[in-house]
Amino acid sequence: MSFLVLIIVFSILGLLLGFVAIRFKVKGNPLVEQIDKILPQTQCGQCSFPGCKPYAEAIAKGEAPINQCPPGGEAGIAALADLLGVDPLPLNEENGVEKAKMVAVIDENTCIGCKLCIQACPVDAILGTAKHMHTVIESECTGCELCIPPCPVECITMEPVHETLALWHWQKPSDTEDKAN
Amino acid sequence: MKLWRFNGGLPALAEHKNESIHLAIETAPLPKQLIYPLSQHIGAAATASVNVGDRVLGGQKIAQANGVISAPVHTASSGTVVSIAEHPIPHPSGLPAPCIIIETDELDEHLAPSPIEDFRQSPISELINIVREAGIVGLGGAAFPTATKLDVQNKSSNIQTLILNGAECEPYISCDDRLLRERAEKVIEGIDILLYILGAQQAILAIEDNSPETFKAIQKATAEYANPLISTVKIPTIYPTGGEKQLIKTLTGKEVPAGHIPADIGIVSLNVGTVYAIQQAIVEGLPLTTRIITITGDGVKKPHNLEAKIGTPIKDLIDCCNGYTSVAERLIMGGPMMGFALPTDEIPIVKASNCILAASSQEVATEKDPMPCIRCGQCASACPASLLPQQLYWLSRSDQFQKAEKLNLFDCIECGCCDIVCPSHIPLVQHFRYAKSAIKSQRLEKQSSDKARDRFEAREARLAQEKAERAERSRKKKEALKNKEKPTLATPKAPLPSDNVEN
Repeated sequence: MSFLVLIIVFSILGLLLGFVAIRFKVKGNPLVEQIDKILPQTQCGQCSFPGCKPYAEAIAKGEAPINQCPPGGEAGIAALADLLGVDPLPLNEENGVEKAKMVAVIDENTCIGCKLCIQACPVDAILGTAKHMHTVIESECTGCELCIPPCPVECITMEPVHETLALWHWQKPSDTEDKAN
Repeated sequence: MKLWRFNGGLPALAEHKNESIHLAIETAPLPKQLIYPLSQHIGAAATASVNVGDRVLGGQKIAQANGVISAPVHTASSGTVVSIAEHPIPHPSGLPAPCIIIETDELDEHLAPSPIEDFRQSPISELINIVREAGIVGLGGAAFPTATKLDVQNKSSNIQTLILNGAECEPYISCDDRLLRERAEKVIEGIDILLYILGAQQAILAIEDNSPETFKAIQKATAEYANPLISTVKIPTIYPTGGEKQLIKTLTGKEVPAGHIPADIGIVSLNVGTVYAIQQAIVEGLPLTTRIITITGDGVKKPHNLEAKIGTPIKDLIDCCNGYTSVAERLIMGGPMMGFALPTDEIPIVKASNCILAASSQEVATEKDPMPCIRCGQCASACPASLLPQQLYWLSRSDQFQKAEKLNLFDCIECGCCDIVCPSHIPLVQHFRYAKSAIKSQRLEKQSSDKARDRFEAREARLAQEKAERAERSRKKKEALKNKEKPTLATPKAPLPSDNVEN
């Protein structure tokens, strides 16, 4: 008798598990999303992947190390190491060096309106049409520099971000204390 | 009335009020230029509504509010708009920002004011609108648009207590004290208007006990006005008792929870200068174009309490005080504790400017070389926000911002008590300012990276769609070609469908 009860209970539990496995199936790899959130979304491809999401996928699969993102820099690597529970690594110099954010600026006198930079921009931050002057929407530019190589007249330069009150922040006090130590 | 005590604070801070507190308010002369930053308040910058070359009259609105948390800007005198361009503004960064610059014409012509005869006959929403249109913001220093404060709180309609902040706790500053002493009856009338707008059951006007004459003047005015809901309270002089949350604790014993505003616990708190501005806007029909400001410190020959036009360059006000002395070292906007240094005196005063301190080297805390933190805990005992400054210091120094936020870094009011008591002279507030602004810019960066991700994904989707469409088109073409070929082979003389279309 008790044997029968056990069979019934277990088959109910089994069915329940089966249902839950279908009903609450996790779509995609949530780790990819988490990694993608940490990456700076520059979409520059310096990591050797075509964008931040593909790099995030590669990290999640364990196919790429966490130190290939120069725009994310040391802080980004530390955050990734924290998320994945691995030791932080120094930035791989083959991928580039960490530098302050810049924006692309098109010299409007030189631009011939060839549209090549528009096609190269990963975030659609360049505006213009054939044989007309192009311009960069500064607020949307991620500073990925992908528009620079295709330009046939070399009219695109990278310039430091215009400092505004919203972006300004207090300097970190110098660590004079270390001197005292 | 029973009073409470907030944590810490500095009861023995040198007040330096005697330099200016006995000086009656004088009117500052009309400057040659008036410079109006478009952002003189918390929230979105105003939008200029005049053009270069326009003639403007005193009291005319020259910039429109931009959304709910914003405030318009008015001129203080008549003149011509000579430029709308970037100009240095009072901000710790020293960065320039868009300003409207007006050259005054000395005629000092004004628009006719439109006062309200009896505010009790007007609907509350209309009164709030007058406050909004008058460009009134918190004059105690925070510069939050006052109408928004009054309006939001009216919706929850659960305001029991109105607190009027006359506790001018920061050293040197005496503008609120002089205002209360000389124009007490107008401030009391303003309180009455606010009681009507907010529907509060009581109004408490708090003044520090270091100014008995002001207290007498206010008591006299209150007695004459005879509104039983208005009471005046003398509170002990402990820096920073004029901080909003500290004053609320002192008067009511209640604490405003972290991340909340006083309205959440049924309290509205306003600076007395703001109350005066509200009275002027409603009873006299005047927008906010002037304010009372203390010019003091060893760096000026003759300290003053001035009623100055907002937008007046600081150098004109210094001239009014017979110029600088030889010991003038640094120009500070605000007091010595919470103020910030200004790079030049070409900068105009704004709505929130309550004091210009021309300090000698002795008056400003010279930076001593910091020593290691010894974890003595004196900063925690002194912190009026009941935070753990030594802990926040370690976290800010090592850029562990998330942990610092968990320890309520954003409740720090940057009063500087911890700096003063620290035996190792660590510039704690500097570290906290750095951490706070770094967190804010990280958030901005996060926002823009989210936007970049969206744009990238939208582009990828668009490219994929274009590719699919192209593939679809070439497939259709191929199919059409195939279909075409077959009948052409069978009946070669049949006309092509495209020929028909063309004819």
